[in-house]
Amino acid sequence: MTTKTLGGLSPVVSLTIGVATMVAALGFALVVGETRIPLDVIWNVLRFEFGFMAPKVNPIDHGILWSYRLPRAIVAMACGMSLALSGVVLQALLRNPLSDPYILGLSAGASTGAVAVAILGFGAGALTLSGGAFIGAMLAFGFVAWLARLARGNSGTATSSLALLLAGVAGAQLFHALTALIIAKSADANQARGIMFWMMGNLSGSRWPDVYLAVPIALAGAGVIFAHFRALDAMTFGREAAQTMGIRTGLVMAVLLSVTALLTAVMVSLTGAIGFVGLVVPHAMRFLVGVRHVRLIPATALAGGIFLILADIGARVLIPGQTLPIGVVTALVGAPTFAVILVRSSRAHSG
Amino acid sequence: MHIQVDNVSKTIQGKPILRDVSFTIESGQSLALIGPNGSGKSTLLRAIAGLLPIERGAVTIDGERVDKLSPRKLAQRLGFVTQEAGTTDAIQVMEAVKLGRTPWLSFAAPFGHRDQQIVEKAMREMAISDDGHKFFNALSGGEKQRVHIARVLSQTPEVFLLDEPTNHLDIRHQIAIIDWIKHQDATVVLALHDLNHAFACDRVAVLDGGTLAAFGSPEEVLVASVIEPIFQVALHRNSAEHIGHPVLTFAKSKVA
Repeated sequence: MTTKTLGGLSPVVSLTIGVATMVAALGFALVVGETRIPLDVIWNVLRFEFGFMAPKVNPIDHGILWSYRLPRAIVAMACGMSLALSGVVLQALLRNPLSDPYILGLSAGASTGAVAVAILGFGAGALTLSGGAFIGAMLAFGFVAWLARLARGNSGTATSSLALLLAGVAGAQLFHALTALIIAKSADANQARGIMFWMMGNLSGSRWPDVYLAVPIALAGAGVIFAHFRALDAMTFGREAAQTMGIRTGLVMAVLLSVTALLTAVMVSLTGAIGFVGLVVPHAMRFLVGVRHVRLIPATALAGGIFLILADIGARVLIPGQTLPIGVVTALVGAPTFAVILVRSSRAHSG
Repeated sequence: MHIQVDNVSKTIQGKPILRDVSFTIESGQSLALIGPNGSGKSTLLRAIAGLLPIERGAVTIDGERVDKLSPRKLAQRLGFVTQEAGTTDAIQVMEAVKLGRTPWLSFAAPFGHRDQQIVEKAMREMAISDDGHKFFNALSGGEKQRVHIARVLSQTPEVFLLDEPTNHLDIRHQIAIIDWIKHQDATVVLALHDLNHAFACDRVAVLDGGTLAAFGSPEEVLVASVIEPIFQVALHRNSAEHIGHPVLTFAKSKVA
């Protein structure tokens, strides 16, 4: 059996399609919302903000578009890109198709770290929300890796794959519980963003300063990850095989796992823990462009951004008059995908 | 390339796996590592491949210590076909073979026409030219093994290490692999279970409990006085002139 992949298209054409789709998704995010804003008003706001002559529009419409919908969509894009790329990296390095920052507890750890800074004052002001989230994410990953190693013992790869997932479940639950505990215990709970925010994610609070943090981090992370595409390919047959192909696997793992933790931490500190993006998007893209990382990484970055922009639109409009946590939307898509991958990968093991 | 193994010792979790193993293989020669299960064959291969830090001694290829070379330089010279390397990725055969070019590529030197020719030649040598678009995970164990060998071939190393390369192969492909080893210009070290295959090599090293029990030509080493005490079997050499070397047959040891 052979699948037809988009690999046949030239890189320029595929990238153009991807970027055009992303711009269209951003445009769609501007159009859709509770307040109906006509297209010509949107057009005039964009022209005005980019320094062209444009007729003045209603300041309320202007505010909704420029201060609310657009930064929110851009943060969604950067967040989707980061989480999806983190999934690609974790799946390749840990040789486990079900790996993703949410499932392995990184997101939960990042939430705990951010909450510890925001509510407990951890770090005494020297630590930003993102910094706390990074420490939390690293702690959670360390805990999960340690637990997986203990659970695996000396048994084979099939059990080590299972051990990692179960350790991830344990880690995620533990750190979610810590987050809930800190929020519940704090006298100031009303001021803090709620438990739901840290567990399911929400982009309602996203403004331009968030964009200025999220976009550079996402692009820098994507750059570092792309620079390692050959090392990630070489991991196809495991770490030892990659070593025999001249890859410094220890160094590559250290760099890329740190980048993953950083991407996850920054995005979680801005949007809360959004699940399943790192799982759904890379698998869909493997189906579309194949498993080689030189194509998979750009495809996943673009598709991750598009996916989360659309998921956020869904979160805003699925229930009229109410904003869903975006994690609810991604989980509705992601959980069935998880099930499909689980069944297929267990068949691959037994076959 | 000339390989020198010099007093190599390795202990894993307090248990000595290799004890003062020393030998030399000249450039272009082939060496069969034989020995009972757990005698240290795989560990020795991994030590030669630079994958395993060793406590004492040194492995050098053409005078350079393998643990001092950069991984990339080492991979350009030395290729290793490990046992049963699997994947969960839906990778196609040609893509898998192309991975062998990894140590030669960089941003400045992307995969080019010459790399493609090397990959195609490797696939022809392993008779998998028509399978390029098949999925690796849909192949039989023997076919997977040939993909791995083709992958390491496209690495164009001067030293090949193979850990039980004829496992999982049917007789025809076993003979093809052994014949390929015989006609290699590269230096080859392989771990073997089928002692008859060792006749194809220039040298045979017998490992027993981590020590080098015997080293020499197949004619010298594959004899009852060496094999019987180590493998605890009775050995009989049958003349088989049509294949050009004796055929060994084994029976339960007479001395318990």
